[in-house]
Amino acid sequence: MSVQQWSAADVAKKVINNEELFILDVRNADAFEDWKIDGHKFEYLNIPYYELLDGVEGILAKIPTDKEVLVVCAKEGSSMMVADMLAEAGLKAAYLAGGMKTWSEYLEPIKVGDLTGGGELYQFVRLGKGCLSYMVISEGEAAIIDAVRFTEVFLNFASEKNVKIKHVFDTHLHADHISGGRHIAAATGATYYLPPKDAEEVVYDYEPLVNGTTVQIGASNIDVGAIYSPGHTIGSTSFVVDSKYLLTGDILFIDSIGRPDLAGLAEDWVEDLRETLYKRYRELSDDLVVLPAHFMIIDELNEDGTVGKRLGELFAENHGLNIEDEVTFRSIVTDNLPPQPNAYQEIRQVNMGKITPAQDEQTEMEIGPNRCAVR
Amino acid sequence: MSIKADFQLDAKGLSCPMPIVKTKKAMADLVDGQILEVLATDKGSRADIAAWAETVGHRYIGTTEEDAVLKHYIRKCENDTIVEKAFEPTIELVEVVGKNGLILDVREEVEFAFGHIDGALSIPLGDLEARISELDKEQEIYVICRTGKRSDFVAQRLVANGFAKVYNVLPGMTAWTGELIKTI
Repeated sequence: MSVQQWSAADVAKKVINNEELFILDVRNADAFEDWKIDGHKFEYLNIPYYELLDGVEGILAKIPTDKEVLVVCAKEGSSMMVADMLAEAGLKAAYLAGGMKTWSEYLEPIKVGDLTGGGELYQFVRLGKGCLSYMVISEGEAAIIDAVRFTEVFLNFASEKNVKIKHVFDTHLHADHISGGRHIAAATGATYYLPPKDAEEVVYDYEPLVNGTTVQIGASNIDVGAIYSPGHTIGSTSFVVDSKYLLTGDILFIDSIGRPDLAGLAEDWVEDLRETLYKRYRELSDDLVVLPAHFMIIDELNEDGTVGKRLGELFAENHGLNIEDEVTFRSIVTDNLPPQPNAYQEIRQVNMGKITPAQDEQTEMEIGPNRCAVR
Repeated sequence: MSIKADFQLDAKGLSCPMPIVKTKKAMADLVDGQILEVLATDKGSRADIAAWAETVGHRYIGTTEEDAVLKHYIRKCENDTIVEKAFEPTIELVEVVGKNGLILDVREEVEFAFGHIDGALSIPLGDLEARISELDKEQEIYVICRTGKRSDFVAQRLVANGFAKVYNVLPGMTAWTGELIKTI
């Protein structure tokens, strides 16, 4: 049997199309426990590669023969070795090129919907890390919101669509992933916007993003309008796009809400978070479709792979929007929080422009699951 | 500080799984109790070597990092956990703290460097005969190793050399939960 190599894009299709897949993850148990490739219909077996150095005979019985089998490791080498061993034992097995490192970096652009006058809204789903970025396109122009650090993906997409990137926004100073925003702006001549309250320590120039900041994309006047919505950070700002979509950044997710502690000021910001979720957002139309900057679990994906839901439905279903008692709310978002994202303090430093680590180091910093929410 | 290891394996520049594959091969040539130093540049090797050592029963001692080169230390253990208690008297680890005697740590230099009890003297088992004159026969000596096996042997050797106030500490450093002094 020969060994096949799969790309991250191949795996992404399996996730989005809800296909079956058997994953043999050969990283060590801690790494697997912490973070793996999630799919609705995926099955898993975690056996570290170093337990298989003497052969795979001991695990053959656990590996299905009626399903596709993908061997996954951190970078590629071990999964290649194990896939080879499986193939020699007569099983059909593939390995993931580039391993979890590449999976963590892969972005799948998916169209969310059409906008007034022929415009389009795309969501870039970073399946391995749970990050969501956005591109609004209309009549040859584009705006990007919450771009992750793989700038070439956005630049290539814009050139495929034959649009010029004019505006680049970050809804807040990110702590869980490195922003590509200002680098895209620098490469294209676009304007880069950041909320000034999050930008007190940044060392580069930016255009202030404040309540009421509005830009138009293309001639048909698709509005991208900013709403100040603090709580995850003090500067956190949301966007209403074309009176149809609400981009919530890290304030409101599909099945959870933002955490206020990643800049060390949970106690101060909990009031703001409450105000945003229980007052500011309530004044908006229930029919806006909420598009967050993250998802936490695979169940938050829609049938087509996008992540988004009507605001009205979230008011009804999202636990974090239904905590009547303020004291309970405060306790939920400040006590017993999940672990903080890997290297979040260093990531903030990078996003402020204070440090510029090499690509390898940036990859290391972003390793691991997304942890921006309180469920 | 430079550390004494019995063997050195250069796995620099190799990526996963090769550092572990080579370590496994190298360990096969060591005898029980010897120490292997593995040089590697693959960052993932740190967690993997520790986890691998545990699954096969060897003792992962620790890792140092200098100029992006990791140095992993592993001690070969074939049946280290089986402790045959032969030497009397013994003393419980908790009772040793605060006593006036000498804590004599007979583990290998590298094990000592990665964590020992404050004030302990390091004389690895293999160096005992050469350094026995450093010890005071009038002082109480509490001999400690990782599990109590090497210290049992050393305690017997000390008595044979005319030391009277010798105790074997049980259990050994595996049960120590207090502060660990590192000299690496």
